[in-house]
Amino acid sequence: MTWTAVADVLAGICLVSGAFLAFAAGVGVLRFPDLLARMHAGTKPQVLGLILLLTGEALRVRNLQVLGILVLIVIFQLLTAPVAAHMVGRAGYRTGKVRSELLVVDELTADHFQSAVPAPRSEPDHGLDNPAPRKD
Amino acid sequence: MTVVAIVCAALLLGAAVLALIRAERGPSMLDRTVALDVFVTALVGGIVVEAALTGRTDTLPLLVVLSMVGFVGSVTIARFAAAEPKGEGRVRTAEEIAQEEAARAGKEIDHALVNGEPRDLHEPKYPRSLPENPEKGGDR
Repeated sequence: MTWTAVADVLAGICLVSGAFLAFAAGVGVLRFPDLLARMHAGTKPQVLGLILLLTGEALRVRNLQVLGILVLIVIFQLLTAPVAAHMVGRAGYRTGKVRSELLVVDELTADHFQSAVPAPRSEPDHGLDNPAPRKD
Repeated sequence: MTVVAIVCAALLLGAAVLALIRAERGPSMLDRTVALDVFVTALVGGIVVEAALTGRTDTLPLLVVLSMVGFVGSVTIARFAAAEPKGEGRVRTAEEIAQEEAARAGKEIDHALVNGEPRDLHEPKYPRSLPENPEKGGDR
């Protein structure tokens, strides 16, 4: 059994694992009840599944230039996936898509309730929101 | 290797179909965004499996482009996501549109225009003599 055969077998295992993660993400996105749960399912193949698939590809091709491109793709995905997930989650919270009764811990809502409400000022400020009455 | 490719293709196809079903059902735009992210990931996986099967390397820049497009798309949709009240998405009636525009302009509703009653268009819309209003009437 040569090393190329070993690399091919490892590549096959990695490819099937990555594809299974993508399939699990599809099932989770379809079946889960909430936006946050769907995000949880959807981010599995974005990082680990992609790393597994690209590892399989690298083991199969066995080329240093290809490996460079694949590492670049993984780094790029690791940089962008948290940003996108953060934006989606924040927008979901602000537009009321997060079902708080399904959460075990909801520290953000607790913080919102604990934060002090600023007292209304006695005299109106003359900023852009509340301009001064016109004199003319 | 062919068996591996077939198994991977079946799994990725299933993932893509399930994600598309969620994108079609999704109650909000953000659900559709997440589903389309999964779809793009399945697409990337398909390209990778095809490249691993045939050993070609010219499709690898497509992976960079696809992940970039997915990132920009989801961030854009999330940035401009707005609260969608129930009932949004249906076509409003002419009366509702007229009421909203009247509320925006700060005027009263012209019921004759909304209800389609015949009306003399040369007739002035508002009475010529301003109503008695001693506080605001003098400024004009």
